[in-house]
Amino acid sequence: MTGAQILIECLKREGVEVMFGYPGGQVLPIFDKLYDSDIKFILTRHEQAAAHAADGYARATGKTGVCLATSGPGATNLTTGIATAYMDSIPLVAITGQVKTFLIGNDAFQEADVTGITRPITKHNYLVKDIKDLARTVREAFHIASTGRPGPVLIDIPSDIQMQDTEFIWPEVIELKGYKPTAFGHPGQIKKAVKLITDAKKPIIYAGGGVITSGASRELRELAEKIQTPVTMTLMGLGGFPGRHPFSLGMLGMHGTAYANHAVMEADLIIAVGARFDDRVTGRLDAFAKHAKIIHIDIDPSSISKNVKVDIPIVGDAKNILGQLLEEINKVPDTADWLKIVDSWKKKYPLAYKDKGKIKPQYVIEQIYEATQGDAIITTEVGQNQMWAAQWYKYSLPRTFISSGGLGTMGFGFPAAMGVKLGYPERIVFDIAGDGSIQMNIQELATCICNKINVKVAILNNGYLGMVRQWQELFYKRRYSQVCITSPDFVKLAESYGATGILITRKEEVRPAIDKALATDNVVFMDFRIEPEENVFPMVPAGEAINRMIEGLA
Amino acid sequence: MKHTISVLVENKPGVLARVAGLFSARGYNIASLAVSETLDPDISYMTIVVEAEDEKILEQIKKQLNKLIDILTVTDFTKKEHVDRELVLVKINYSAKDKARLEGLLDKYVAKIVKHNAEKNIAIVEGLGKQDEIKQLLEGLKPFGIKELVKTGRIAMGVD
Repeated sequence: MTGAQILIECLKREGVEVMFGYPGGQVLPIFDKLYDSDIKFILTRHEQAAAHAADGYARATGKTGVCLATSGPGATNLTTGIATAYMDSIPLVAITGQVKTFLIGNDAFQEADVTGITRPITKHNYLVKDIKDLARTVREAFHIASTGRPGPVLIDIPSDIQMQDTEFIWPEVIELKGYKPTAFGHPGQIKKAVKLITDAKKPIIYAGGGVITSGASRELRELAEKIQTPVTMTLMGLGGFPGRHPFSLGMLGMHGTAYANHAVMEADLIIAVGARFDDRVTGRLDAFAKHAKIIHIDIDPSSISKNVKVDIPIVGDAKNILGQLLEEINKVPDTADWLKIVDSWKKKYPLAYKDKGKIKPQYVIEQIYEATQGDAIITTEVGQNQMWAAQWYKYSLPRTFISSGGLGTMGFGFPAAMGVKLGYPERIVFDIAGDGSIQMNIQELATCICNKINVKVAILNNGYLGMVRQWQELFYKRRYSQVCITSPDFVKLAESYGATGILITRKEEVRPAIDKALATDNVVFMDFRIEPEENVFPMVPAGEAINRMIEGLA
Repeated sequence: MKHTISVLVENKPGVLARVAGLFSARGYNIASLAVSETLDPDISYMTIVVEAEDEKILEQIKKQLNKLIDILTVTDFTKKEHVDRELVLVKINYSAKDKARLEGLLDKYVAKIVKHNAEKNIAIVEGLGKQDEIKQLLEGLKPFGIKELVKTGRIAMGVD
């Protein structure tokens, strides 16, 4: 078999059903073999979008996403998407063409040192210089991408390797001496954690993306209910615990709920599950949760005690460890008083906005929630739209909130929504976007139309790069520097691609427009003209303690 | 504070770049780095001397190294009995009349003259030892006039 045939045979054996990408000179042999393959190939209009779409597919389905691009600019265009997946621990295999082996290092046409460029943004990467290594490399790449703390793996394949012939041997076993993720928590650590939990008076569970990655939502809910403990989630953890559950405190951190932040600051025990104490969560570190002992469950030992000193680290898979804890906990802590206090905060500091004047973005998201009965998969861009989507839509299931958390990549949401929709063609998929972000990958309208990927895009159009404007308003004396952004007529633009466009300028039009979008069997762009200077509140100014919030309404 | 760490790595292309890149990307400092093949040609041995202000940073360095797929083991010699050595080559001003004075100095160390260029009145001295011995040797050589010097990174081996 040729290298290209081996690659495709390996992808099939890995269960790849769909991949995203863009052809070019150094991947011609692969595309020639794809022509005969059953793997569904989605031709995007930009390689960056291919990476985000593969990422969105992976986040929604839990399978490994696959994208493919040519050498040089094809590969460098993937890098933003690869870095996005890396920061959020998303299983992704990126395949790139490379110039012929004998040309490597020669500054050949469309040559770039892609393994060099992607080394710091991949979990691992490969340059295949011998066709005999190809099958094993693909097998290892999928294994590394999807196990332990998942992440992107890149395989760079020179075009002459794609054309060479060799016998195909599928490696049955994978041998990686330096890679053995820990599955179960150490029993001694579990015992110590159980003791802390049993003795706690004011415990809180702080759940991150690891809960979703490991499929630990059921165990998390069981634990919270068993030990009568409220749960707050990171941006990546949303959906890991039902947003409407009485114990849910929603998101914590910079734009978290006031009650979640107060609860963390007052807690005497934090049980961190698959979260990494990111600076957007902790705020000022030396003021963070001073009274709390910390149990930290994470599959990545380097996440533990990186930012915050931890009392009981437990390394392993979150689902397994929560199961171990559930088995070991016999005595339940008395948290009745604590739950009362937390509830009083919930009543005192609810998420709120003033519903007057122009359309409020929070209202739009509430209406999307109601119209979809909380059953849509939401993707977001980055900025205010993302924070409003995190605050105002209540996610009841894991893998229903898809957002670039760590890297904060504008332009992520729309192509990610395509990937989600390909994973779940029957589900409603909404991209909640801003007028700035949507323009970063708007060319994907063509991909959606060509492939009948009917995603709905709600553009919260305020004429500004809203989050930057908000910072300039609050911290730079309202000197609005390069944040006023013009947009095309989104309705006409959508229509020119064959999509449906709806302009919404008044509050009364919001719900009918959403209902119409849901009833339309087409890609729909909704242009909501919202209050231009609406801010995201609460907000913790950068570097402040997380209970020192700007409330907006207080 | 300086710490000596050894890592066994798979001898694959790019592995040195992975280690070096990890240090630069995360803002850690490498004081020295020595790499060589082991008896098994598929495995290389790296001795890395790192500067870490505190235990927390050292812990992170070790954890991050361990995360690299091509790294097999990480050993921290900070609290472990071990032997370490460095090698230095020093070019000094030297003529036959200095012989007794130089030999008297070199006798105190594992050091010798490895080359003498009588025409140019230059000698190259080789010294082997622990870091502080090398430092003292260099102090002793200073009065001769050091024209050039080159040191290897530290290599270290556990005693157990």
